[in-house]
Amino acid sequence: MNWFHWFANPARFMRLAARLQPWIMVLGLATGAAGLYYGLFDSPPDYQQGETVRIMYVHVPSAWMAMFVYTMMAVAAASFLIWKHPLADVAAQAAAPIGAGFTLMALVTGSLWGQPMWGTWWVWDARLTSVLILFFLYLGYIALVNAFDDPERGSKAGAILLLVGAVNIPIIKFSVDWWNTLHQPASVARMDGPAIDPSMLLPLMLMAAAFKLYFLYLLIVRMRGELTARRIRLLRLSDAA
Amino acid sequence: MLRDFLEMGGYATYVWSSYAVVLVVLAGMLIASLNALRARDSELKALEERVGGRRQRRNQGRVEEMANDA
Repeated sequence: MNWFHWFANPARFMRLAARLQPWIMVLGLATGAAGLYYGLFDSPPDYQQGETVRIMYVHVPSAWMAMFVYTMMAVAAASFLIWKHPLADVAAQAAAPIGAGFTLMALVTGSLWGQPMWGTWWVWDARLTSVLILFFLYLGYIALVNAFDDPERGSKAGAILLLVGAVNIPIIKFSVDWWNTLHQPASVARMDGPAIDPSMLLPLMLMAAAFKLYFLYLLIVRMRGELTARRIRLLRLSDAA
Repeated sequence: MLRDFLEMGGYATYVWSSYAVVLVVLAGMLIASLNALRARDSELKALEERVGGRRQRRNQGRVEEMANDA
């Protein structure tokens, strides 16, 4: 648990984050460029889906990030409620709009893939509906934490919402196995290994890495902004007193 | 060659719209976050200067009071 307490000092964490930031950017740009190259130029069309399979290289990483960010926020909410970890709440609030953005990207690109392949922009099946609920959870969390005059109460209410909403994450993941759907089942994270050709797995993994690094970069920027906002609030309070 | 690539087997609208949406959302989030950070940093700086300046004046006043008392 030592590293956990080590990170509890915001100034120390932000110093480390600022040092990592340029490396994250370079690595993110490199994986993103490679992912786009393989995804758009150097990978075959699908034997059933033709060129629309290239939508996968942005759709699937977006959907993975939508779930990853929420999971991270739920873990942060638990650390905030249980151990009062001071950075956990900052991280959750900084991550929320990014998670909402990734979810929106997954929904829109999914719709743009659904129209040519399924013949419809949208179906109210379990996978699509549970991801739409995830999008509203993000928006609801953002609205809730900002709805109180006392920011501490907003943080607590938001953390509880995050923990309750976490039940939606396994529902999204297993919805394609539990219910009938137009959506294809998992083809990468499967018990018996990925059921996808290496020529398509490579750009998918590169794009997934790029999206994760992009998230990390943006998270650091937003956490710095959130910490500054809190210092401003404190200074205002002590100034008025 | 280039034309084939841009046509995406007849699915150009769907493929390129997807990439465009992703690009717009990713860039929009980054620009908004960097702008917010910059605005808050300058707000904090201005606030620190104001509060710091006032404190300094207050302390100076106290020093003068003490000098007068003595």
